[in-house]
Amino acid sequence: MEEIYSGLLRALELIAAVDPQVVEITLRSIFISLSSAFLAGIICIPLGGIIEFRQFWGKRALINLIQTFYSLPTVTVGLLVFLLISRSGPLGGLNLLFSPSGMIFGQAILVSPIMIGLTITALAGVSPQIRDTAKSLGATEMQIIITVIKEARVAVMAAVLLGFGRALSEVGVAMMIGGNIRGYTRVLTTSIALETSMGNLELSMALGIILISISLAINLLLNRFQGR
Amino acid sequence: MALLEVRSLSKSIGPAKILEGIDLTVERGEILGLIGPTGSGKTTLLRLINLLDEPSTGCILFDGRMVFGKPEKELLCARRKMAMVFQKPVMFKASVETNVSYGLRMRGRVDATGGEMSMSDMVEEALAAVGLSGYESRDANTLSGGETQRIALARALILQPELLLLDEPTANLDPGSAASIDNLLQRLAGSRTAVILATHNMQQCRKLAGRVAVLQAGRLMAVGKSEEITLPW
Ligand SMILES: Nc1ncnc2c1ncn2[C@@H]1O[C@H](COP(=O)(O)OP(=O)(O)OP(=O)(O)O)[C@@H](O)[C@H]1O
Ligand SMILES: [Mg+2]
Repeated sequence: MEEIYSGLLRALELIAAVDPQVVEITLRSIFISLSSAFLAGIICIPLGGIIEFRQFWGKRALINLIQTFYSLPTVTVGLLVFLLISRSGPLGGLNLLFSPSGMIFGQAILVSPIMIGLTITALAGVSPQIRDTAKSLGATEMQIIITVIKEARVAVMAAVLLGFGRALSEVGVAMMIGGNIRGYTRVLTTSIALETSMGNLELSMALGIILISISLAINLLLNRFQGR
Repeated sequence: MALLEVRSLSKSIGPAKILEGIDLTVERGEILGLIGPTGSGKTTLLRLINLLDEPSTGCILFDGRMVFGKPEKELLCARRKMAMVFQKPVMFKASVETNVSYGLRMRGRVDATGGEMSMSDMVEEALAAVGLSGYESRDANTLSGGETQRIALARALILQPELLLLDEPTANLDPGSAASIDNLLQRLAGSRTAVILATHNMQQCRKLAGRVAVLQAGRLMAVGKSEEITLPW
């Protein structure tokens, strides 16, 4: 107990001292996860719109599948992406393995189901009269989708923020695709795992506190968006 | 050639026959009253004409061209020559100005094109027409019911449609605002815009409409000059 307490104090000292290594890892974490949320958002928001608006065979089943993938174990996504981008994989030529770009790609895939799913839920919440009004005023199908996304902007933003939160706190993809290379692909979660295993508990705790604080900030932002 | 020709149009939803065998023509620039008791199918008919829903059988000719069964591109083209004001209009989460200019923007209009009227001038004009000048920057979702109704009318008028579909446009208004909308519609008469005005109110029909179509339980009971029509109920 004593050890935890003193460790916690040292961790806070580290944060208060603005340790350059801690700052660097934090910024990299935020950058990579934000990029992956952004990348996933660009693809998943319109995709969610198309799934919600088009009628096609197996639509219900597809949505169920997407929702099942919300809680996909991160290591299985890591494995899948690893197979895709490793030297002999179909995307091997892009040299993404053990690079920040590879992590962004992998985390974007990881958070895609949740973003598509939550986008669909968000758009389904917009009253059908809005669609009718847009259509009646001469909007094309794509313009109607954009209009409805705009109407649901708060809920859609929430989907992106949740994706960011999941990317930031996951360790499977970051470790397997990034490789935890110091100064290059090391992020909050992977360094916590490493430092803990090496017995550097103060540094681990400092990074953990930062991670929790960012998650808390995301949640506050979410609540603010949703007007709660 | 008539602007709109509706031929033996029927609409069923499940086992319920909502509309049956509707035949109707609308000439350019005329105001046609569509009168019928509640549940008679007025809204359903206007939605079919606006190409929002598909009929079960029958067809619609707009400008002499068949519209149903055509690719979405042609439907869109015909739809863009019409505008509909819904019975209970909804506003986009945006300012009044953004709402009113919506249709223009969807048609690819951008502001400040040389020569033509600027988009903000057009919005100003449309708002003045419905008696709500100066409402541009108001949040459209904080308007009263009557204001919403009139902004919805401005949002349609700004498009200068060939056919304006109005679903009980004065039902939510106090007598004063209703009268000013009626005046506006009277001024529209004689312009190139044709209007189908759905209403319960025979007086409004007599005042505004040249011809009246009487709808009851999904069938057209009579079509004729407004002063010659007597209601069957
Ligand atoms: N989607 C639907 N499903 C089932 N029934 C419907 C549907 N839409 C309309 N109806 C029915 O069709 C009939 C005609 O409805 P419609 O809204 O066209 O009437 P209306 O003449 O506009 O009535 P009001 O004057 O009250 O607005 C009503 O009996 C209504 O209950
Ligand atoms: Mg109605």
